[in-house]
Amino acid sequence: MNKFEHSHAAHCESGVMSSMLRHHGLNLSEPMVFGLSEGLTFAYLPFLKLGGMPLIAYRSMPKSIIKTLTKNLKLTMKLETFSNQEKGEDRLDELLDEGKIAGLQSSVYWLPYFPEEMRFHFNAHNLIVYGKDEDGYLISDPVFENSVKCDKKSLSKARFVKGVMAPKGLLYYPEFIPKEVDLKPVIVKSIKKTAKTMLNTPVPIAGLKGIKYLAKSILKLDSKDKRYAKLFLGHIVRMQEEIGTGGAGFRYIYAAFLQEASEIFNHDEVLIEASRLMLDVGDKWREFALMIAKAIKSKEEINLKEISDKLISIGDEEAKVYKKILEFHGNI
Amino acid sequence: MNTDSVPQDNSSTYADNKKAIYAADTDGKVKVVGSSGWSAEETVTKQAIEELRNQAKDAYNDVKNGEKSSLYYHMYDIRMDLQVLSESTGFFKWTIIRDFKPLIFEQISQKRLLVYADALGKTPSELKSLPDISRE
Repeated sequence: MNKFEHSHAAHCESGVMSSMLRHHGLNLSEPMVFGLSEGLTFAYLPFLKLGGMPLIAYRSMPKSIIKTLTKNLKLTMKLETFSNQEKGEDRLDELLDEGKIAGLQSSVYWLPYFPEEMRFHFNAHNLIVYGKDEDGYLISDPVFENSVKCDKKSLSKARFVKGVMAPKGLLYYPEFIPKEVDLKPVIVKSIKKTAKTMLNTPVPIAGLKGIKYLAKSILKLDSKDKRYAKLFLGHIVRMQEEIGTGGAGFRYIYAAFLQEASEIFNHDEVLIEASRLMLDVGDKWREFALMIAKAIKSKEEINLKEISDKLISIGDEEAKVYKKILEFHGNI
Repeated sequence: MNTDSVPQDNSSTYADNKKAIYAADTDGKVKVVGSSGWSAEETVTKQAIEELRNQAKDAYNDVKNGEKSSLYYHMYDIRMDLQVLSESTGFFKWTIIRDFKPLIFEQISQKRLLVYADALGKTPSELKSLPDISRE
């Protein structure tokens, strides 16, 4: 059996990549993986509906953490999908027999070890299978504190579910991982990219403009019925907190990344300050979530102006973090 | 957020699990802390679940009253909607809406029924009947 060490992470995709790299001798924390893969973002896509609610994202597209990290660290990852379920099942067993571990994309809904109240139809979950015994597969699901088990039938159902972002049995594993990576140039490149994207995205739906756009949409809830308004507001908070973001829609995890990056650059003052500012921004997002939760529970009229203003001020605070980051040059 | 202010609200939605939250310890070092729940998050999760349960309950009554086929209830029962069911089966929405009619669903082909059964994780006979949920 594989000597695999499970570790508890905030997010599935960065957690899987961190554990997988560590297993193969490259020690990168989850925040480091998240930061280097340019995972942080904001997007509000009112025309793209999921379960009747618009898409609101605090992170980049599913699978982009794997892809960007691969590119930025010059890893070689093998990704395999299957049109035939049996072949996909056999391939997983084959890899395990060879003593390998495999990352899988799966649905959340069909994984029986998820708590009943957390089971939603989301098909871009990630986990690692590191072994097998008579009851089923041994799984390291990063968002769980301890490793879990899953029977073959359920796992197959979760891997071969159809629909939006269908996993098609996707499994992935590294073919080449450098023993050592010079992180400095990658850090410079990735934090600048994130900061610039957040500040300057030309489309109104993404980056800081997306935050402002969402704030405007909150004001417009005035004309909608109260039940819908509450569901819409609740949906924002779910995307921010419920789906495994490490708190405050990945802002805390990004603060952890900036802090780690500062250490690599000999305790760089600019990065330390940026990390501290990002932690504060995270606290503001949590206050925003709390404000919404109270409004949902209250019988009184929702103060949409207050909630919208809060969001606008968060956008302004976040802008300061990215401007701070752009002061960093790294001297490499 | 500081490590000692990470909420430990024992949210029922976590079902005794812990989530990893990043927070700063007394030295300012940001690290993972296991959280047993946060009341604000619990509120919005429960709100979403409540909405899904109400949809399923309404659907159940529509089926009971003979307005809709049992397929309509089973779709909501597993937290899907028309869009998700359409994507999960590859069937056009309008053809699914047709299958929501009791008389049409009664005469559904075995092949089509099996596609629904697979997508909804039910046996064909489960799909064709309405469970007794009066105890819930």
